[in-house]
Amino acid sequence: MSAPGNFAIPERGPGIWQPKIQGIVCNWCSYAGADLAGGGRIQYPPDVRIVRVMCTGRIDALFVLKAFADGADGVLVSGCHFGDCHYLEGNYKAAKRMFMVKRLMKSIGLDDRRFRMTFVSASEGAKWGAVITDVVSTVRELGPSPITEFKQQ
Amino acid sequence: MAEKKKATPKKTETKKDTKKEAPVKEVKKQAPAPEAQAAAPAAADSTTKQDARIGVFICHCGTNIAGSMDIEAVQDYAKTLPNVAYVDNYKYMCSMPGQSVINKAVHDNKLTGVVVAACSPRLHEPTFRTATKESGLNPFRFEMANIREQNSWVHMHDREGSTDKAKDAVRIAVAKAALLQDLFPKTVPVEKAAMVVGAGVAGMQAALDLASAGIKTYLIESDMSIGGRMSQLDKTFPTLDCSQCILTPKMVDVGRSDMIELMTWSEVHEVEGYIGNFDVTVRKKARGVLTPKEAEARGIVGGGCNGCGDCEAVCPVVKPNEFEIGMKPRKAIYINHPQVVPLLYTIDFNSCIKCGLCVTACGPEKRAVDLESKDEFVKVKVGTAILATGYDIFPIEKKEEWGYKKFENVITSLEFERLICASGPTGGHLVRPSDGQTPKRVAFVLCAGSRDNTGTGKPYCSRFCCMYSLKHAHQIIEKIPGCTPYLFYMDIRSFGKMYEEFYYRIQDEGAKFIRGRVANILEDKVTKNLHVHTDDTLLDRPVDMEVDMVVLAAAVQPSADTNRTRKLFGVSCSMDGWLLEAHPKLNPCGTTTAGVFLAGVCQGPKDIPDTVASAEGAASAASIPIHKGEVELEPYFATCIEEKCAGCGMCVNLCPYSALSLVEKNGRQVMQVTEAKCKGCGTCGGFCPGGAIWMNHFSTPQIVAQIDAFLLGGEQ
Repeated sequence: MSAPGNFAIPERGPGIWQPKIQGIVCNWCSYAGADLAGGGRIQYPPDVRIVRVMCTGRIDALFVLKAFADGADGVLVSGCHFGDCHYLEGNYKAAKRMFMVKRLMKSIGLDDRRFRMTFVSASEGAKWGAVITDVVSTVRELGPSPITEFKQQ
Repeated sequence: MAEKKKATPKKTETKKDTKKEAPVKEVKKQAPAPEAQAAAPAAADSTTKQDARIGVFICHCGTNIAGSMDIEAVQDYAKTLPNVAYVDNYKYMCSMPGQSVINKAVHDNKLTGVVVAACSPRLHEPTFRTATKESGLNPFRFEMANIREQNSWVHMHDREGSTDKAKDAVRIAVAKAALLQDLFPKTVPVEKAAMVVGAGVAGMQAALDLASAGIKTYLIESDMSIGGRMSQLDKTFPTLDCSQCILTPKMVDVGRSDMIELMTWSEVHEVEGYIGNFDVTVRKKARGVLTPKEAEARGIVGGGCNGCGDCEAVCPVVKPNEFEIGMKPRKAIYINHPQVVPLLYTIDFNSCIKCGLCVTACGPEKRAVDLESKDEFVKVKVGTAILATGYDIFPIEKKEEWGYKKFENVITSLEFERLICASGPTGGHLVRPSDGQTPKRVAFVLCAGSRDNTGTGKPYCSRFCCMYSLKHAHQIIEKIPGCTPYLFYMDIRSFGKMYEEFYYRIQDEGAKFIRGRVANILEDKVTKNLHVHTDDTLLDRPVDMEVDMVVLAAAVQPSADTNRTRKLFGVSCSMDGWLLEAHPKLNPCGTTTAGVFLAGVCQGPKDIPDTVASAEGAASAASIPIHKGEVELEPYFATCIEEKCAGCGMCVNLCPYSALSLVEKNGRQVMQVTEAKCKGCGTCGGFCPGGAIWMNHFSTPQIVAQIDAFLLGGEQ
């Protein structure tokens, strides 16, 4: 069965892997944009779980790494567009940190496509839907996180 | 790396004690770190289990939520979660009976925290916080799981997926709820003054209302006169009162009010502070002319500009008058039109040649002209602010097919307003710009640039163009016997009170309506007449109509300075650039920045009645905190865990509000937070290499508990 929107509802069941994706988003732009997507009934896959913070500036690089250590298959950080931060410049600082995380991931052999930082404003409901759809399909292509597999061994 | 965070909550405990804000009994709950042993998170969880008793309440929201997921499955699952002492569901949790379910459950089950799985916290967090408070808990012992906007509404065809997601959302919320602390909002006094940015009809109405409510109001206008777009209009639909007759008395009232400090030719330069205490720096642009007050301050008694106009008469520089959209000349020292408020001349320093003739003409008594004047910066303190920055006309020449600026007889509706206005450049005689003849056939192109999905124009409806075009048609029929207006329309949107009746009236008066979007307009090179090409979709045949003049009902867009101003006040905008309200239905005048409100078209296209209504709404909303005298600030501020602080000072530079500083305590440097300045973004907390900063309500243990709950707590 396929749903309206650019994705199909995947097969589920015991033993079938489903991606676990941790989203950490800011209250003012991306969370509001996600709410707007809801208001517009924009359909997207349900595999991302959101934790809300006031600003992406709050996001410690360790939160992202903790999520990966816990076995997340992907992490999405989303905030305001540059220049639009509710707290002036938190997103700039977050972006710098997140680049560092990406570099770190590369150097420890974790595909950095599993981690993404996006900028979705409070008015971009449709973009939020597109971002989630894309993040989920990317992570599905990459498959389960090697960290989970490593743990099982 | 995770080691660093382990001790965080413990330290906070001690910190909290000294902070006198968290009562001692709460500290116990905070003490056990949830992620204390990364290897054994379950063990850490069990320690919190002893104390935290969470109630989970799942909302059906009618069928909004219940229609897309299995509420019962979510409820059964919630019962298995650690720390959950009570689970219930209700059709509408936000309703009175729903809230009393929470109240009763808290009492009966001695709950320490409340989780409501319902809509977005951006909608109903305040509602449920109040409910939590009324049941005797601290309002910050509440956490919301969003299972509507970010679940049932976006996974409508995936029942299994949305049920699983809801289970996770509840689990994540419970994990955070178990670690929530009592928080106490700070109350701060509110400055008994307000600011209104933009003095069009919205800004003036808002300022007048605030002033009548006894609030000192600073009205900032970037142009030389107040009045805005409305002062350029001739008549207003559907009553056909003349715009000036209803506007100028208001302008005079604004100019006369003791409570309104009018600052024209001024812009907001910088904004600091927060609700109740905004420090706004206003840039008074160099005007070159002194008001009587300013003159007196310089010791010129009885001097200053009295609007006599002697200077204008002698000025040798001639420029197009922007107020008349370039259809009338002005001098380098000028006023827009004779009714300006304040009646004060202004020098356009971009074109002034500083010949000094105006200085001589003004005379030694008044000495009002000062060719050396510079920009001045004035600081004012206000409690709340209203943005009423209005609109500009979309540059319709971008739609090349209609030939604006290419063909002389294609004009915009705003130019039409000036041409038909008795005080306009032609004294109210509508003439063709090419030859000055009176037109006999005038075509109106509606939705010019509005409802345009080609990417060139604007996708939205500009809302008032249909109505003013009907009014223009009426004015033509009334003023020019034998002249026929042709309206090329897509739909006539006559949505307001007495508007549809007005539409019928114009039809009866003999205006011709042709339903079809105009494909292109071509000019007859000899006669300068225009050929309007379209497809009449009612008669299903192509149209090529020769007319004398075309009026484009151009779309509107946010005024040029809106983007700069909104950023100063921290207000978001929609994709079209219109300023974003806090909630389109429940809070249309508010913004996400507390204490900043919106009035008029800057929020989205509005006609005059709607603009005035929204201005009155914004004024009322802006006066509430001022009359109350104090506001509560969300207690999300940062605190320093001094034992862990190494005094490196890296956070000090990160803080966008300069709320952090290094102080000497017990012989070493530690960071200190000025709580009144901290807005709780957490940029410092996200960076601190020692994990020494505790963010209230978004603390590291709480966030890590949420991440762990999602990724590790799946299979209970």
